[in-house]
Amino acid sequence: MARFLIRRILQGVLVMWLVTVGVYLIFYIGPGPSSVARTLAGKAATPQVVAEVKHRLLLDRPIYVQYGHFLWQLLHGNLGYSFYHQQSVNSVIASAFPITLSLVIGSAILWIILGVLSGVLSAVRARSLMDRTFTLLALIFYSMPTFVLGLLLLLLLYYELTIHGIHAFPGSGYTSLTANPWGWFRGLILPWITLALVSAATYTRLTRGSMLDVMGEDYIRTARAKGMPERRVIFRHALRAALTPVVTQYGIDVGVLLGGAIITEQVFGMPGLGFTAVQAINQQDLPVVIGVVIVAAAAVVAANIVVDALYAVLDPRVRLH
Amino acid sequence: MSSQSSEATMARDSAEPDGDVLLRVENLVKYFPVSSTSLFSRQRDYVHAVENVSLEVRRGQTLGLVGETGCGKSTLARCIMRLYDITSGKIVFDGHDISNLSRRRMRPYRRDMQMIFQDPYGSLNPRRRVGSIIGDPFAIHGIADGADRKKRVQEVMELVGLNPEHYNRFPAEFSGGQRQRIGVARALAFRPKLVICDEPVSALDVSIQAQIINLLADLQKEFGLTYLFIAHDLSVVRHVSDRVSVMYLGQISESAPTSELWHHPRHPYTDALLSAVPVPNPDQAAERDRIILVGDVPSPVAPPSGCRFHPRCPKAAPTCVDTEPELIPRLGDGPEHLTKCHFPVEDGEDIALAKPTISAEDRIVETGVLAGGQVSLPEALTAEAKEEA
Amino acid sequence: MSQSLASVEPPPTEPPAGASEGSAARKIEGRSPWRLGMERLLRDRASMISLGVIVIIVLVAILAPVIAAVVGHGPNQEFQAIGLSAIGQPKGPNGTFLLGTDDQGRDIMVRIAYGARISLIVGVLATALTVAVGAVVGLIAGYFGGATDTILARFMDWLLAIPFLLFAISLVTVIGAGLTVVIIVIGFFGWASVGRIVRGQVLSIKEREFVEAARALGAGPWRIMFVDILPNVMAPIIVYATLLIPLSIVTEASLSFLGVGIPAPTADWGQMISAAQQVYQYGAWWYLVFPSAALLITTLAFNIFGDGVRDAFDPRGDQLFV
Repeated sequence: MARFLIRRILQGVLVMWLVTVGVYLIFYIGPGPSSVARTLAGKAATPQVVAEVKHRLLLDRPIYVQYGHFLWQLLHGNLGYSFYHQQSVNSVIASAFPITLSLVIGSAILWIILGVLSGVLSAVRARSLMDRTFTLLALIFYSMPTFVLGLLLLLLLYYELTIHGIHAFPGSGYTSLTANPWGWFRGLILPWITLALVSAATYTRLTRGSMLDVMGEDYIRTARAKGMPERRVIFRHALRAALTPVVTQYGIDVGVLLGGAIITEQVFGMPGLGFTAVQAINQQDLPVVIGVVIVAAAAVVAANIVVDALYAVLDPRVRLH
Repeated sequence: MSSQSSEATMARDSAEPDGDVLLRVENLVKYFPVSSTSLFSRQRDYVHAVENVSLEVRRGQTLGLVGETGCGKSTLARCIMRLYDITSGKIVFDGHDISNLSRRRMRPYRRDMQMIFQDPYGSLNPRRRVGSIIGDPFAIHGIADGADRKKRVQEVMELVGLNPEHYNRFPAEFSGGQRQRIGVARALAFRPKLVICDEPVSALDVSIQAQIINLLADLQKEFGLTYLFIAHDLSVVRHVSDRVSVMYLGQISESAPTSELWHHPRHPYTDALLSAVPVPNPDQAAERDRIILVGDVPSPVAPPSGCRFHPRCPKAAPTCVDTEPELIPRLGDGPEHLTKCHFPVEDGEDIALAKPTISAEDRIVETGVLAGGQVSLPEALTAEAKEEA
Repeated sequence: MSQSLASVEPPPTEPPAGASEGSAARKIEGRSPWRLGMERLLRDRASMISLGVIVIIVLVAILAPVIAAVVGHGPNQEFQAIGLSAIGQPKGPNGTFLLGTDDQGRDIMVRIAYGARISLIVGVLATALTVAVGAVVGLIAGYFGGATDTILARFMDWLLAIPFLLFAISLVTVIGAGLTVVIIVIGFFGWASVGRIVRGQVLSIKEREFVEAARALGAGPWRIMFVDILPNVMAPIIVYATLLIPLSIVTEASLSFLGVGIPAPTADWGQMISAAQQVYQYGAWWYLVFPSAALLITTLAFNIFGDGVRDAFDPRGDQLFV
């Protein structure tokens, strides 16, 4: 087990390293050092400031020195300095991350319940009216781009209610949990629902398909043949086996979103990691972009390792491969 | 169908003079690496699939190769076809050493040596039309285009008894026997010198087997083909072969002209195989003792010491455990009849009565991969299962 | 039987499979697995309805200039006088502007028709690129195996592990937005999933006897990959491609929504929806709802059709009737 985990972690580190190379190639080598220095310093910077930035970031040195420095700083947990925010990238990310975390955890709980429950009900009563309804709903939400759902919800539940004098939900923004728990909760309801509905659709389809596969297996027939109650057959035997692909997908999805629920944050004006990254891209604040990309990649890699470890616990065969 | 023609075939066995050798295999060895999957040690084991096999196939003749499933006969065939790289040894085809030719250098020889596969379902691409499958040899070697190719393909189809109108059909629309005809057509498109038939009828219904065998016999006559005919069914081999080699666990245990092998089997394994061949006459059948071999075929990963057959041999003696016998003429046999046994079977000896004189320990069959109470299926069942799959 | 084996008479032919079909003059054409799948698909009502919707969308895209000519409004034509209210707000659906105007006084209906072009072009081309690269890499990795496979498989893992949208945004920002860039970016980050599927299929197909038969005939690796193996992985590829089209459309719309997709003023659904969020608060619901509906209907139609294709061509959901 330990050996397996170590191997996965080493692979994860390799992937992370490749991500840094990718990011570095895209940003530092792509546009060329002078352009990087100018964008880093900000649009209004004087030539002296540009030269200063260039010197401080070793942009006047050979590429491998630059990359070595970049990596060295990274290894020390230093993601760089945002000239735009006038603060370190670490603190920019530290203030954005709780927002993304609140959004993702809430909706992840919501969508796994919605998705698995509707998927199981659909599979158990395959071809019934309920199955068809769930399948169609899942297909609709699966086809629905996140921003379309978010904006439509805002139009109906925020704008329409507000002009009729009902202030149920705030339109956008984020209230900190510690400052105002109720405001935090109220502000997150619409983003949670948006992200949850869009994501749950995948899980309904996945759970339904996987359940139907498992329900056809011999051991389910055996369980029924020996007189086990149907409820127990479904939840004890079938669901446990059917959840394997669901767990994989869940790990990956949560991992990706922890790196920034870009669209949802954008629609609801929540300054999480994704929002910060998009803003930074528009402001050409490259250190912040790179910082978020690296954090996001780390989240995906970590999620993958957690899923693999979970697998190895559930299914000993995996450890061999 | 007539007894006359049957005799004619039997006569070929001994009458044919020593034709020149089309294919010669010398000391061929093929190991497959298998890594044992223990978490902490990763040692390399090898499946000894083919061990030191030598054989000759003479021009215009048929060499039958017999053995149980897993004895390495198919691997040997694929080594000769150079579908597998060989571990060591030498393959000489039509006077050329092809043992280590690269894929590119091997190409010209492929027009002269072809293979008919065992599984008429797996060996035909389900997504391609029959005309295109049989036209493959032409396409690959850039011979005959368009209408010309179609004409030649249809000629071949007619030759093997397929309706040329079915040029545009898919393999799934044919029966097993017809599919095997497609396989034959593909192999014979270029009238190759050597055709390796890898159990070409074992996946077919018994009634269809005869048709395919007859087809192969006719084609051999018409085009002077040379066959290496692999089978696990001795009665099939008997009727097509001029000479027969018996294989056990990757080695040749006995090799002789067909009737010689039939009437004077020397190796106890051959004797056991022959005793399992059904006899048409019930009176005769009742008289015969069937020799039942004990145990499973040992694992080719760790083959038994000495004579590889000793753990199952009714005549096994201590020598058999220690010393590997040579493949040489025994008991005054001619140079054509080779046996790899220290205690060859005498004419008229009934080895069903023999008792091994080695310790029980040596007789415990180390089944390796087959261990764990797993019973190996009889051939017929396996073939059936394959067909269903 | 042993007697008949030795017979040298002409082989008794089995009844030819076409015997019952009557005249031999009739052209005998095999019913390919494709045909069977097509027949199943044609019988599926939901697929046929969604295909009809897709055809309509395609027609709208092709006929966009005709629509513009008929109503007399260009896609980028700003009707400051008649298209905007007195205080410069967009106008709702009316006789002149059937689906209303946007904040620049442009005709939303005409812009939706033009936007369909972008969505379909990106959907089809990005999918084609994704599938082509994925299939070739998957074939190479699966067929050659060994070190080639290890490197390619690791690379695919890596591509699937990186935060796609962030990388895509960054890349587009650095290279500069545009139709080609969007297509290439979607293709570059998308092919790995196709590659993985194809690789898995190839690994099992290359062990089959017909591949060995091709090698015995002297076929080289490329011929085997593309002539023998590829037709056997086409079914999963096509099924996946059908489902990739709506995904590519959504990705393009998302990039445009974030302002890194198709640059203004080109009419594009994602961009229109993005612009709409600035003004719907003032009551211009049509500006948000109509482009959203167009996008949703398109992706929904493709997804329903894709599900139908999958059910028709891969009924058991695994082996693809091989």
